[in-house]
Amino acid sequence: MNEIISQYFTWPFTIGAIYLGIIVIIRFVRWVIGLSKIDKIRILKNVFTIKTWDSIKEAVSEGLLHRKIFKTNSLLGYMHMSLAFGWFLLIIIGHIETIYHEGTMAFPFYKSIFFRYFVHESTGNFIANLFSETMDLLLLFVLSGVFLAYYKRINSRIYGIKRTTKLKSGDKIALSALWLIFPLRLLAESFSAGIHNNGGFLTQLLGNLLYSSFSLEPAVDYMWLAYSMSLGFFFIALPNSRYMHIPTEILLIFLRKYGVNLKKRFNTYSQIQVFSCSRCGICLDSCQLMNAEIKNTQSVYVLKSIRNKSLTDETLFNCLLCGRCQNDCPVGIELNDLRITQRIESTFEYNSSYEYLEHTKAEKADVVYFAGCMTHLTPAIKKSMQYIFNYAGINYWFMDEDKAPCCGRPLMQMGQYDAAQKLIENNRQRIIESGAHTLVASCPICYKVFKEDYSLPHIKIMHHSEYLLDLVYKTKIPYFKPANRIIYHDPCELGRGSNIYEQPRELLGFYTQLIPIQAEKDRSYCCGGSLANIKIQMHEREKIMNSAINEYLKYEPDFLVTSCPLCKKTFAKNRELIVKDIAEIVCESLQNQYTELQKQNEVLLTQS
Amino acid sequence: MKHIVTIGGGIAGIEASDVLAEMGYKVTLVEKEKSLGGNVSKWSYLFPNMRPIGEIEDYMKSKYDSNRFTVIKNTEVNQIKRKKDKLEVSAGDELKLIADSVIVATGFEVFDAKRKEEYGYKIYDNVITSVDLENMLKNGKNITTPTGKIPKKIAFIHCVGSRDEKSGNHYCSKLCCVTSVKQAIEMNEILPDAEIYCLYIDLRMYGLEFEELYLKAQKQHNIQFIRGKLSEAAENMDKTILIKAEDTLSGYPIKMNVDLVVLLVGMESGKNTQQIGKCANLSFNSNRFLQPVDPHLARNNSSQAGIFLAGTCSSPMSVKETLDNARSAAVEVHKYLMNSDH
Repeated sequence: MNEIISQYFTWPFTIGAIYLGIIVIIRFVRWVIGLSKIDKIRILKNVFTIKTWDSIKEAVSEGLLHRKIFKTNSLLGYMHMSLAFGWFLLIIIGHIETIYHEGTMAFPFYKSIFFRYFVHESTGNFIANLFSETMDLLLLFVLSGVFLAYYKRINSRIYGIKRTTKLKSGDKIALSALWLIFPLRLLAESFSAGIHNNGGFLTQLLGNLLYSSFSLEPAVDYMWLAYSMSLGFFFIALPNSRYMHIPTEILLIFLRKYGVNLKKRFNTYSQIQVFSCSRCGICLDSCQLMNAEIKNTQSVYVLKSIRNKSLTDETLFNCLLCGRCQNDCPVGIELNDLRITQRIESTFEYNSSYEYLEHTKAEKADVVYFAGCMTHLTPAIKKSMQYIFNYAGINYWFMDEDKAPCCGRPLMQMGQYDAAQKLIENNRQRIIESGAHTLVASCPICYKVFKEDYSLPHIKIMHHSEYLLDLVYKTKIPYFKPANRIIYHDPCELGRGSNIYEQPRELLGFYTQLIPIQAEKDRSYCCGGSLANIKIQMHEREKIMNSAINEYLKYEPDFLVTSCPLCKKTFAKNRELIVKDIAEIVCESLQNQYTELQKQNEVLLTQS
Repeated sequence: MKHIVTIGGGIAGIEASDVLAEMGYKVTLVEKEKSLGGNVSKWSYLFPNMRPIGEIEDYMKSKYDSNRFTVIKNTEVNQIKRKKDKLEVSAGDELKLIADSVIVATGFEVFDAKRKEEYGYKIYDNVITSVDLENMLKNGKNITTPTGKIPKKIAFIHCVGSRDEKSGNHYCSKLCCVTSVKQAIEMNEILPDAEIYCLYIDLRMYGLEFEELYLKAQKQHNIQFIRGKLSEAAENMDKTILIKAEDTLSGYPIKMNVDLVVLLVGMESGKNTQQIGKCANLSFNSNRFLQPVDPHLARNNSSQAGIFLAGTCSSPMSVKETLDNARSAAVEVHKYLMNSDH
């Protein structure tokens, strides 16, 4: 019996490794072939450039060292790093050790994996000693990660994450195999060390201990077989489990560096992103829907459902597209755009034609002002903007003062891409006809679509927070600083969506005292009012809003300032904090100053 | 002698205190404002019979001028604690009152129309609330818009801050519909040439004679009723207001310029009710009003023994209903004190 085992025990590993290799190669080839022609050209153009080296660096820092997870939580980062980087080093150093021992590179692949089964010479040589001690140290390193992983299932809180993902059966098999690999390796090597004295500090100690109470010879082959089987099982389960992210993530890193990007339709690059998800669950904690007890629509579950082809509209559309998860994703998956792509796929049949849109004439002006429908529902903002335009003497045209089509972004968020194009084209023509050099939007939702989906060459597109800052710098409007302490709420579409964090803060610096807070810039909250979610209930939105307000109240600000009419409108429901738009702050300051000047003039007049 | 503390000197608090005083109890009424009367003093004439509010005020004045109960003004209650079988009411800086029973009559607050920003209150000059209009009516028959014009076209907007999920209030304030009809008639009487429109979701003429008032408004006063919610308002250069809505009966969108917009603001549970309710550990309903233990059989009993609810702290009510409710609160207090052994 033992003879059969000793002859064939490497087979589970070898078969598993070959199976895994073939599957991964087939998938990679299919994915790359499936990319659009332009993406393939991008790959060819970039593969022999510095970008490949950059990709390798990123693959090491993210795929092995897990730098981004370290940033979220160091214990969680250590767990991932010890497993990935530790295992990687075990393979590499094990291989070098085998080369050193064999004096050749020509040996069966499995030999370095089961080195201590085959090589029994007791240590003595300094370099051989160094190898065995190093290998033990690395094994200990990996085992520490394995034990942290066990413990994470019991108590995930100490890893900085409140929640962890639910597992499906493929994952459970792979996870059990993975959890067994290193303890079994420790036992197998210790058994061998107990018998042959070929271990390092760890395996030798454990081997001697065991050997002093049991006879290890009859069991040692079984132990190595178990180790081999755990590896084999893991490799075979891997392609159908979440661990497929390990090879896929590397591919993603390279393709991303080469400039491959997501399209409006689901393609193999979307698929690569889907398979790159490790289901670490960090996105669950980022998601504010959790505050409203919505627990099964988060990005990790969307990606999982795409993989299993079980995505429902209920999951797909119950998302604010706030982008907090995308910001926290350690793999850098484009979670928002991926979800929008799915929405495009899901709503393909019912796009509206918008045939009734009429083409109305544009007015000639230097600046086009587009308030947006949300600003029409928060008229204090548009009134402030009109005041400031007039104050600064700008030749502007209020494009949607009476009527204009929607900017198209809400339809985009819904996946109604073709319908949105009709609105975009109608607005675009009028903007160009106006002959303006600048387009100012008051709503970040409009701003994002103007920036990304309107082709407006030679026209500068600005959100009003940028534009007002510009006016201050050009000394078109004055500033003075009252003692108001305020908190600035970053709107999702302007902050994470368009990367505009500094301009509003700089502008507010001229007019207020800005309180720095913890949840700001890319860590900022969503107000809960997002148009992107059509499944959420009003009372659930309220919970999301309240969680943000309660956080802001801790800083005891005089006002909450935002630069998005939708955020303002959503927050207006709260009864404790006054909410203003950044344009109102500027306008009020100008008006106050104006009355101050008038008073001074009156004093001067009466004195004279 | 048993001692009762009433919190709030609006019509509910005064009426309940007076009834209990007449029964022979010692009553102390604590009011946070400088004078008694509460929200009622904001109105001019009462529906459905256009009774001048002065008559109600005089009635109330006769009650608290009778000195049958003690009145402490300018003092805010900040704590209610149970001390064995008594209740200790702390108010102001150092006032402490020991009571056998407490009546909460903290009333309501008018919905802050600024929270419904798309209607432009305090942004556009010629948008006012129904409370502002009552105040104008009180001050005589010279009705002009805030920008100084005699209005030729007036729009009354119903359900501002009521039946509106987006402003956080699901409930119907029930009195605004009839108030709108009343004010529309009053405006027509003062300005017979003005065109008057009422934009409503549906009309809830729940009380006796309310329906008659509504019919009268259409037949004799030529008020136009449009079933449709205001979507947004915008200010024109001449300070008139452009309103956009949909006439849901004809199915057409409406866009019209009016000289004056009147927002029918609803009733909300106010800050005082919230604060008193929280410090005395009373139950609230989902609309933030105080919750009686039984909506039919014990409407005045709060979730805490010995603490009773009178008037609009538990739901929107008209003047008539508030007075009824306050008297029934007095009876409940009496029953409670009779049955308790102390």
